[in-house]
Amino acid sequence: MGVTIRIPTPLRACTAGHAEVSVEGGSVGEALAALVAEHPRIRRHLFGEDGRLRGFVNVYVNEEDVRAREGVNTPLADGDTLVIVPSIAGGSGAPAVGSASAQAEGVPAQTGSGPELSRLELARYARHLALEEVGIEGQRRLKAARVLVVGAGGLGSPVALYLAAAGVGTIGLVDFDEVDATNLQRQILYGVSDVGRPKTEAAAARLADLNPHVRVVRHDGRLTRESALDVVAGYDVVVDGTDNFPTRYLVNDACVLLGKPYVYGSILRFEGQVSVFWGARGPCYRCLFREPPPPGLVPSCAEGGVLGVLPGIIGTLQALEALKLILGRGETLVGRLVLFDALAFQFRELKLRKAADCPICGENPTITELIDYDFFCGVVPETPSSDPDAAFPAELTPAELKARLDRGERVQLVDVREPFEWEIASLAAYGARLIPLGELGGRLAELDPEGDVVVYCLSGARSAAACRRLRAAGFRRVANLAGGIRAWTDQIDPSLARY
Amino acid sequence: MRIRLLFFALYRDLAGVPEMELETRPGATAATIVEELRRAGGGLARLPETPAVAVNREYAPLSTVLRDGDELAFLPPVAGG
Ligand SMILES: [Zn+2]
Repeated sequence: MGVTIRIPTPLRACTAGHAEVSVEGGSVGEALAALVAEHPRIRRHLFGEDGRLRGFVNVYVNEEDVRAREGVNTPLADGDTLVIVPSIAGGSGAPAVGSASAQAEGVPAQTGSGPELSRLELARYARHLALEEVGIEGQRRLKAARVLVVGAGGLGSPVALYLAAAGVGTIGLVDFDEVDATNLQRQILYGVSDVGRPKTEAAAARLADLNPHVRVVRHDGRLTRESALDVVAGYDVVVDGTDNFPTRYLVNDACVLLGKPYVYGSILRFEGQVSVFWGARGPCYRCLFREPPPPGLVPSCAEGGVLGVLPGIIGTLQALEALKLILGRGETLVGRLVLFDALAFQFRELKLRKAADCPICGENPTITELIDYDFFCGVVPETPSSDPDAAFPAELTPAELKARLDRGERVQLVDVREPFEWEIASLAAYGARLIPLGELGGRLAELDPEGDVVVYCLSGARSAAACRRLRAAGFRRVANLAGGIRAWTDQIDPSLARY
Repeated sequence: MRIRLLFFALYRDLAGVPEMELETRPGATAATIVEELRRAGGGLARLPETPAVAVNREYAPLSTVLRDGDELAFLPPVAGG
């Protein structure tokens, strides 16, 4: 059975420059074996020591990933085309397992050294062309590169701006949100005239103005378990600027499964973290943080605050790492975690290690496809109690709570946010009282465990933790206000300040 | 033996200090220290059972046996962006 194997540019050195090789084979495994027999040098790029197809090598038959079919056993028909898509250009052999840091090696540019630069582009990138480490070759690599920026917020703003300015040819933006006045303190992609606009729309306009030679791809909505692999597969590097744990684990897992480098950055208050997770070369996010923290333990920026310039510092470091990955220059942060403390002005570097027992990038991975990340991170609403005696829902929508209050039901309404948040907006007018989550354990005596309790916070995460705490303390009629005061403001009382 | 504890971000809030010295028995592992801190109460009672830690600036499993003068850093997960 004759099939054609298409060889990606970086691997053509192993096939005497041939872009296509014709072989005989009834399955993907047989065809690849025939390829290796003809061109032995390609073996180590495709197969690991154990003889199995490397995790970062993707093989497509007639546009379909064989992993989605029967892997190497996927049958081939006469005339089929098999496309090899490695996630690493020129592969250096063994991934840098456990090494402190890895020499940067470029991620694959889709079209080899990259497209030609126009005269306008040559002029625009003159300061890059003057750098030996970039030059025309590097600038073409940048133009050929595709970077996905997940989250167009505090971190995503400087990342997208600097990548666009540097001439990264394709920039994908994932965001579901609209620009809000509270974003402008740190999200430098946007201006006052953008308030109310979808972020991806406003960002695309800003980036087009900054550099019309760059293509911006808008991915409106959230990255989900269903969409992540398809979206991420279309990019060479993923930069994460999201603001929640479920998406971070989702991005990590998608990157590991597809063999993509994941440029990680995270911020809160005055501190930030940066690293490059690349399962094929070193540790991944799960090697460091095996499991998410319990909901409510780690505040979000909305809850905990963040100094406006901090995402600028961490985001530009992420942009730097993305450029180095594309250019294949310098020492990237693979295997290293940098912690930045803005108040102390201290950068600390920690060596990371690939965990042999990592559930996704370790030796015997138990996670081989994307999972339910909201459930994994414990942020899904709890299912209402089936205990008939309780007869009180675990969760109330704003409308349901309003109806209860309107009926005059005696509800102990508890706000578990911080005092400064209570000052901005509260449900004091409906009889709410403030007991910050951190104080709840010591102030249980202020509440009647026999009575109905409804807990709220900004968006529902801290109050979910408070509900669990109350139930553990013997409270039986405890409900969480779904969506928090934010949902209440949207649905019931728009006169409250939104933050 | 004495070891130095370093807390970052959220864990610093729980501890109330960025770093502290701790006297502990020889042979203690990172997990032993986590247990001691959680039991001692106060803010650190909220420290997760299995936090990510680094010993002497290198990410380390909780089973790592500590030696006199070691630096044990607690790395908090942060999701803000
Ligand atoms: Zn891992």
